[in-house]
Amino acid sequence: MRKFLTALMLVLMLCTVASADEDVIKVGIFNCLTGQNAFGGQLELEGTMLAHTLNPTILGKKVELVIVDNKSDKVEAANAVTRLIENDKVNAIIGTYGSSLAMAGGEVAEKAGVPVIGTSCTNPLVTQDKKYYFRVCFIDPFQGAGAATYAFRNLGFKKAATLVDMANDYSVGLGKFFRDSFKKMGGEIVASLFYQSGDTDFTAQLTALIDAKPDIVFLPAYFAEGAIVLKQAKELGATFRFIGADAMDNPEIVTLGGDAVEGFMHTTFAYDPSMPEMNETAKAFTAEWNKIHPDKAPNVNCALGYDAYILLKDAIERAGSAEPQKIRDALETTKDLPTVTGMTTINATHDAEKDMGIVEIRGGKKTFVGIVVPEI
Amino acid sequence: MNLNIFVQHFINALSLGSLYGLVAVGYTMVYGILRLINFAHGDIFMLGAYFVYFATIVYKLPWAVGVVIAIIGTTICGLLVDRIAYKPLREAPRISALISAIGVSFFIENFAVVVFTGMPRPVVQPPILMQPIVLPGDVRLIPLGILVPIVAFVLVGCLLWLLYRTKPGLAMRAISFDIETTRMMGVSVNRIIALAFGLGSALAAVAGILWALRYPRVEPFMGMTPGIKAFIAAVFGGIGSVPGAMIGGLILGFVEIMSVAFFPTLSGYKDAFAFCLLILILLFRPTGLLGERLEDKI
Repeated sequence: MRKFLTALMLVLMLCTVASADEDVIKVGIFNCLTGQNAFGGQLELEGTMLAHTLNPTILGKKVELVIVDNKSDKVEAANAVTRLIENDKVNAIIGTYGSSLAMAGGEVAEKAGVPVIGTSCTNPLVTQDKKYYFRVCFIDPFQGAGAATYAFRNLGFKKAATLVDMANDYSVGLGKFFRDSFKKMGGEIVASLFYQSGDTDFTAQLTALIDAKPDIVFLPAYFAEGAIVLKQAKELGATFRFIGADAMDNPEIVTLGGDAVEGFMHTTFAYDPSMPEMNETAKAFTAEWNKIHPDKAPNVNCALGYDAYILLKDAIERAGSAEPQKIRDALETTKDLPTVTGMTTINATHDAEKDMGIVEIRGGKKTFVGIVVPEI
Repeated sequence: MNLNIFVQHFINALSLGSLYGLVAVGYTMVYGILRLINFAHGDIFMLGAYFVYFATIVYKLPWAVGVVIAIIGTTICGLLVDRIAYKPLREAPRISALISAIGVSFFIENFAVVVFTGMPRPVVQPPILMQPIVLPGDVRLIPLGILVPIVAFVLVGCLLWLLYRTKPGLAMRAISFDIETTRMMGVSVNRIIALAFGLGSALAAVAGILWALRYPRVEPFMGMTPGIKAFIAAVFGGIGSVPGAMIGGLILGFVEIMSVAFFPTLSGYKDAFAFCLLILILLFRPTGLLGERLEDKI
């Protein structure tokens, strides 16, 4: 009896879904709204919702957002995507913060053939060998090239070195791309040194760096280690500069490193509410955001959540249809789309190629100092 | 590499090595007396650093007061660990106490994550200890780098005096031979063992404070790596031997720094160099550099 009832309910549910309004485009959102990554996921969701409020219709059809929480958990992420595809029959999906969550969800979407646009999942593996996963952010190694370009072209440094955490894929990948890019532009890599996550004494590596006399050292470290490296470099009287990547982007770096972090630079997405020359999309985004959230400033995650929706809207409009397969094909050909975080082009590996921002710590505060086009 | 750079490496190695030595001395002392590898030593060390953080940054007490509070607080924690986790297992097989030690280590680490959160915290560095002294040839020496070996050697000296020139020291050495017989001689065994733990924890606190000063970042897992390194240093020198632990620490520090100095391209493998040396030493001297040959009693 119970089985029969369950079956009946299932049939009923399927009927309701099948008879859903054809004039609605359903966009699923899976992001981490609770759990350890909730901080980032919430901001991205708010960004996407703002984009939806400003663009409620695409191709004259109403867009409906279906929001599912992946609870910062890999299993939940796969379940969330399954639910969006099987229950809600969404046309496309946006999400998520956290590369491991994106990978778990990506497997499901790939089998079902529904396109997904990642917001801030920057690990190269997320889109590797995937036909349906795209992302609006650049990938980790791209930042290595960005830092090299800024050091060589903008700062005019000819001799560089790297100090890489060899137990961390992120750090190793960035270091390699930095060296490749810097050499390709005609610069010289004078030293390439390593440490391991958990180390606290960097005096040996720093002394070896001082001996090698680089102009700049690329340090793709996490902020807790990075701050200690900068501190010891100052104690040893190092005169070269340091540049890092987005893992150094944490206000705590100033608390930990004190005046030793002064002048430290790192790459980031090309958006910050304090940046001097914003593009039109970014200006509009900032103004609208401030209207809705007068109490808090937008950050990069908000911008990426917003951009994911803009990317999807553009693809649906160019495809002239909201069929998942057609959206996928259109996403693949995205070129020079104006978004908040700069001009976005989707490359062969489905990653966004876009300008990169450079931030410098001046007077204990993050200051946006410029935009760079990475040369890979 | 020119001479100046070499001297700089030498100074760095001395500073790092004596820190390892200081942590290792606490390890080896407890082992020498109880034949217990106190895996929680690294976590007691972490508590010492947190005491300083709370005293100086959160409650803004003067530095010297913070240090005293940290040493007393950490000693109390060490005594509590002994009372709760080791004392009930005194008669149990040695392996049970070892497992208990691992349990205590996990407990303290995770307790710290819950209470202090995982966010790394800064530490106040008294400027007088940090202002680099520039020696000829642009070699830089921070006063703390001299202070660490001095403190380490003075403490080792005091410890040796205590072990070999005082009554409680005599009792400790007696316990290391045979607990039961020592008890029959009228020694309050539990009190002496508690004293050993208290001393070990106080040493861990001093090491934790100096470590936090040198590498100004306090976090719940900061004791793990120094704990493992100090354990290796203790084994290097012959576990149970106090001067051996200090020498082991210095050797470890020198191997780590000099491997980077001479083979910069292999700098990521500095731990591997240290471990290879450990294996070699143990192959030729199974009881470590200064370890005594122990015959198992049948």
